[in-house]
Amino acid sequence: MVRIDGKGNGAALVRVRNLDKKYTRGNEEIHVLQGLNLDVDAGDFVAFMGPSGSGKTTLLNLLGGLDLPTSGSITVAGDEITRMSAGKLTSWRARHVGFIFQLYNLIPVLTAFQNVELPLLLTKLSKAERRKHVETALAIVGLTDRMKHFPRQLSGGQEQRVAIARAIVADPTFLLCDEPTGDLDRRSADEIMDIIDRLVKEHGKTVLIVSHDPRAAERARVVLHLDKGVLMEAAKAGGGA
Amino acid sequence: MKSFRLVWANLRRKKVRTTLTIGSFTVALFLFGLLAAIRMGFRGGADAAGADRLDVINRVSLILPLPLSYRDRLLKVPGIAGVTYATWFGGVYQDERNFFPQFAVDKDTWFDVYADYVVSPEGRDAFMKDRQACMVGRSLAKRFGFKVGDRIPLRGTIWAGSWEFNVAGVYDGSRPEADTSGMFFRDDYLEEQRAFGKGTVGWYVVKLINPDDAVQITKAIDGLFANSPFETLTQTEKAFAASFVKQMGNVELLIMTIGSVVFFTLLLVTGNTMAIAVRERSGELAVLKTVGFSDVRVLRLILAEAILIAGQGGLIGLALAKFVIPGLSRALPMLGALYISPPTFVAGFALALGVGTAAGLLPAIGAMRLKVVDALRRI
Repeated sequence: MVRIDGKGNGAALVRVRNLDKKYTRGNEEIHVLQGLNLDVDAGDFVAFMGPSGSGKTTLLNLLGGLDLPTSGSITVAGDEITRMSAGKLTSWRARHVGFIFQLYNLIPVLTAFQNVELPLLLTKLSKAERRKHVETALAIVGLTDRMKHFPRQLSGGQEQRVAIARAIVADPTFLLCDEPTGDLDRRSADEIMDIIDRLVKEHGKTVLIVSHDPRAAERARVVLHLDKGVLMEAAKAGGGA
Repeated sequence: MKSFRLVWANLRRKKVRTTLTIGSFTVALFLFGLLAAIRMGFRGGADAAGADRLDVINRVSLILPLPLSYRDRLLKVPGIAGVTYATWFGGVYQDERNFFPQFAVDKDTWFDVYADYVVSPEGRDAFMKDRQACMVGRSLAKRFGFKVGDRIPLRGTIWAGSWEFNVAGVYDGSRPEADTSGMFFRDDYLEEQRAFGKGTVGWYVVKLINPDDAVQITKAIDGLFANSPFETLTQTEKAFAASFVKQMGNVELLIMTIGSVVFFTLLLVTGNTMAIAVRERSGELAVLKTVGFSDVRVLRLILAEAILIAGQGGLIGLALAKFVIPGLSRALPMLGALYISPPTFVAGFALALGVGTAAGLLPAIGAMRLKVVDALRRI
């Protein structure tokens, strides 16, 4: 169940209330998000669409604890992240959020295996346990045979699959995807969306995705439109809002 | 450290740049090793000086003599265990470039007062029996290939004429910093052959029963010869040896200045390199923070890179210096024993790590303060 009227019950996994974000550029104040409300339940797959500059990435950054709002609150699984200190927010991010970026953002000097292992270096898992987790994540994205390859030895689609494996390896509460197919050809984009779809349907992951691509967005159960910092409407896609 | 692989991989990212930065540390620490060894060479006498020995020289100048008769008067000063004396000879062996120090010494007492010079019983015996006998230091013997039984001709510069000596033995130092680049011969040979200055010596060396009495005995000796034609200046052997070094100018200051300039330059060069490296990787650092690496952890990663570069360069540089110094020691025999002591090696390595840390600190703080959102936007 996804709501944008601010009347959702307390059971939502992600609860956003009166979210405002302003930037100051020179003397100009830019109001990126205005009084935004959102409730997303566990296991939902939500797509945010909208024109460039509408605040989609800003919203994603705020939901992932990468940025702080000007006002309002964000609560994820009972934790109000907008009240957390920077240090606490970092460790919260490590436990609860998996990020997938448009440009994959892999570390070029590390192999696929090492890139996926990165979030696990922050845990107390043993080397053998880390290896098991990484192999499982790479198996989910179908890249066990490429684990020793460096990013430069992989195609764009394969790089994005490694990035997905890195995002899911620590079993986060939810995944945030910022234009995950934006830099890929149609076929690779479909493959990536298939994987994300599977993560929702087979592994029960909660996914919030920002995309310009209608074909990517139509995979989501709910599509929300963001325009000039306001969530305008909630549209039903495959499932129901 | 679980993140070591990440640090190591980052160092290998730009191999040429990393190699050049390590190279700059190598050169700096190589230079540090050489300068430290040269400083040690200059200070060798002072550092090896015995705490239980005082040197008594002419108060007017070191080059003016003291009467031989002072020996018996010195022996009567309470707290003195023994007295010996020496005179600078200043002879030339074959060519003036072959400089090495030669001293006429009292055959009966010299090696007793300087027990830290190790002489074989046979050598000592031969030294006692032959008026023209001499003892050569180990490094001097190596330098010119002198061995027991050889005859060494010297051309006198203070006392003119041709002087010949028979090598009775080779002395060693009981400590590595001991200077074994000189030659000792018998004062009675000098006394017999010289045309002037008979009945005088260059300086006395007094051995104390208790080193704690040094101040009191110094005063007693200088008081004993006050208002005489040959007033004395008594000082610890360390101060005496240091005064030799001072005659060559403030070598220590010069060495310290060169060293400081080199390390300051290194700090700027490495700091700049690290700053560039961090700037280039700001996107990746943002990704690390996104997946949960804390600000402090990112700071530690950058510092670890800088320290690893400095440590590798430092070790290579110091090892190279250690390898080269024996050759330098042979090329500069007038400096005595050149070597890098273990504490100097450790100090050099610590200095390299310190400079590495300082150079990495600003870029590391920059990385620590990096805002994820801003950095991701720049990718």
